[in-house]
Amino acid sequence: MTPRRGLVAAKLAGVAAVLAIFAVFPLVFTNPAVTTIAVFTLLFMASATAWNGFSGYTGYIALGHAAFFGTGAYVLAIVTQHLNLTAGSSLFALVPLGGLAAAVVAVPFGLVALRTRRHTFVVITIAIFFIFQLLAFNLGITAGSSGIQVPTPNWDSATFNNPFYYVSLGIVVFATLVSWGLRRSVLGLQLLAIRDDEDRARGLGVPAGRAKLVAFVLSAFPVGMAGAVYAYFLGQIFPQFAFNPLFDLSIALMSLFGGIGTLVGPLLGGLMLESLQQYFTLQFSDGDLYLVIYGALFLAVLIWLPRGVIPTVSDWWKRRSARRLGLAGQGEAGASSPSATGGEALAPVARVSNDLAVPRQQM
Amino acid sequence: MIDGILTGGVYALMAAGLTLIFGVMDIINVAQGVLVVLGAYLSYALSVHFGIDLFLGLLITVPALFALGVFVQWAFLQRLGERERTAMSILATYAVAIIIEGVLGLVFGADYVQLSAWYVLRSFHVLGFYLPYIYVFGFLLAAALLGGLYLMLYRTRFGRSVRASLQDRSAARLVGIDVDRVSAITFGIGVAVTADGGMVFGATNSFNPNTGYDLISRLLTIVILGGLGSIGGALGAAVVMLVIEDVVAVVWSPLWAPFVFFAVLVVVLSLKPTGLFGHAATRAQ
Repeated sequence: MTPRRGLVAAKLAGVAAVLAIFAVFPLVFTNPAVTTIAVFTLLFMASATAWNGFSGYTGYIALGHAAFFGTGAYVLAIVTQHLNLTAGSSLFALVPLGGLAAAVVAVPFGLVALRTRRHTFVVITIAIFFIFQLLAFNLGITAGSSGIQVPTPNWDSATFNNPFYYVSLGIVVFATLVSWGLRRSVLGLQLLAIRDDEDRARGLGVPAGRAKLVAFVLSAFPVGMAGAVYAYFLGQIFPQFAFNPLFDLSIALMSLFGGIGTLVGPLLGGLMLESLQQYFTLQFSDGDLYLVIYGALFLAVLIWLPRGVIPTVSDWWKRRSARRLGLAGQGEAGASSPSATGGEALAPVARVSNDLAVPRQQM
Repeated sequence: MIDGILTGGVYALMAAGLTLIFGVMDIINVAQGVLVVLGAYLSYALSVHFGIDLFLGLLITVPALFALGVFVQWAFLQRLGERERTAMSILATYAVAIIIEGVLGLVFGADYVQLSAWYVLRSFHVLGFYLPYIYVFGFLLAAALLGGLYLMLYRTRFGRSVRASLQDRSAARLVGIDVDRVSAITFGIGVAVTADGGMVFGATNSFNPNTGYDLISRLLTIVILGGLGSIGGALGAAVVMLVIEDVVAVVWSPLWAPFVFFAVLVVVLSLKPTGLFGHAATRAQ
């Protein structure tokens, strides 16, 4: 199977090249305004990828991940404040703690929310998110609406953003690896089976409740880490920004835009939309106009690109190359089957075999 | 306590619109909260700039929001694919919500405003409390509109089509009901009630373009508690929740009242995932 091995090598080379570009980016573009945008973009890429690892694979649209983002942010801020930690690289050690706290919080959240299905699930995630926001406003430990200050490191202003950039890049890589590993694992197959037909998946022996909960907790972890970096980077946090309903919407839009349920889609969506958003904010400094543009873009994606950029483009590409090879019939079949969000005609057949494979591997 | 029941009536009206839309169209209209705020701002603009009375202004704002609802349904919601319709509708109406929020911010700014009229400022004495007249007027209007909604649903031909679409979209289509038209009008009605809800809300609370988020989460809580698609359930849940919130605000602290509001939802749903008044399975998931 040399061509296949060649393909793997080419893919690895591609991943390495993209990573290298991201790694040297802040060394080439040293303007702090640019690197600030880059840090936010990376944080959202990581969050969207993590969200997709649950919502994209299971089809359960969660609109409450801002609760994990805020939890991570507040854990970093509160621990720093109460232990009187000084700013510096060592504060980044608290980032995994933020992720861990988010994951711990995700267990009861998931246990309650995942008792419901589909639309009730969406609504209950919104409700639980608001509970978190209200807690942040009302509890003594979060200092309510006056927020918490996080000490700012006294790094050289020219390269101030770089440590944040590389830590964020690390979170993106981590989230992507988790998402990639999930897709290749038995758990990933179980999640896809749940997305396609939860009752049948249960009937075939998929431990649906456990699979969903594990995926939910896994997806909370990187979001919590991103929140912790966010709090440190901004230097202060307030309940309405750490627990922001727009955050929920943004990461969902990024995944939808790139291609929900695909590995690269949320990364691409985060890269394009967040950098665009930050640019808009700098350019217009008018939040309301930005809301209008953002909402309109969101609607346009939902109506014209409901499956996202990656599946649409890859289908188009496959159909094109098939036509070029003159294999019209086979090409059509090849084009519609593998897309992650569901080629209608062929995918169910392929997925039946997935469903069947799962319980067998379980035993 | 009394104003809990009275405000509950108004929330019931707004929630009834939401649950009606869900029942007929399988669409969760997340924009309902912002639309209430839009209704409030329209009343505000009419009363401040043209001196039109709040209740008279409804004659203008209700048709305006009805038209907006029909437009949103026609322009965006109808074009969503059948696949994952409910989930997609949440995202689409969320997008509509942030567009409206942005437009409101551009036009009116972020300052809190409140509607004003003699019946907002003056209050009367009842059972040892002072209660502004607007609560009573608003409640009466909400009750009248809910009654009208009920009559329309159960006593007219159109209502029968709506109920048929509520039970089974494709079967309704088979017996010759123009489901798309019914959907558009239902969405219009569901949105139009927010004009009234918004007026009363704006007169009893101060609001700004961001208020919609708080409101929609309450409305969704009410609708889910009542069982999605059940109008009677929405009425019961609205009154129960508002009274609970009021009692908590008085007995414990106003800060924690909204918290209890959401906590009740979480507790109820973990015990009974279909909602308080919901049927075992209203429709296949």
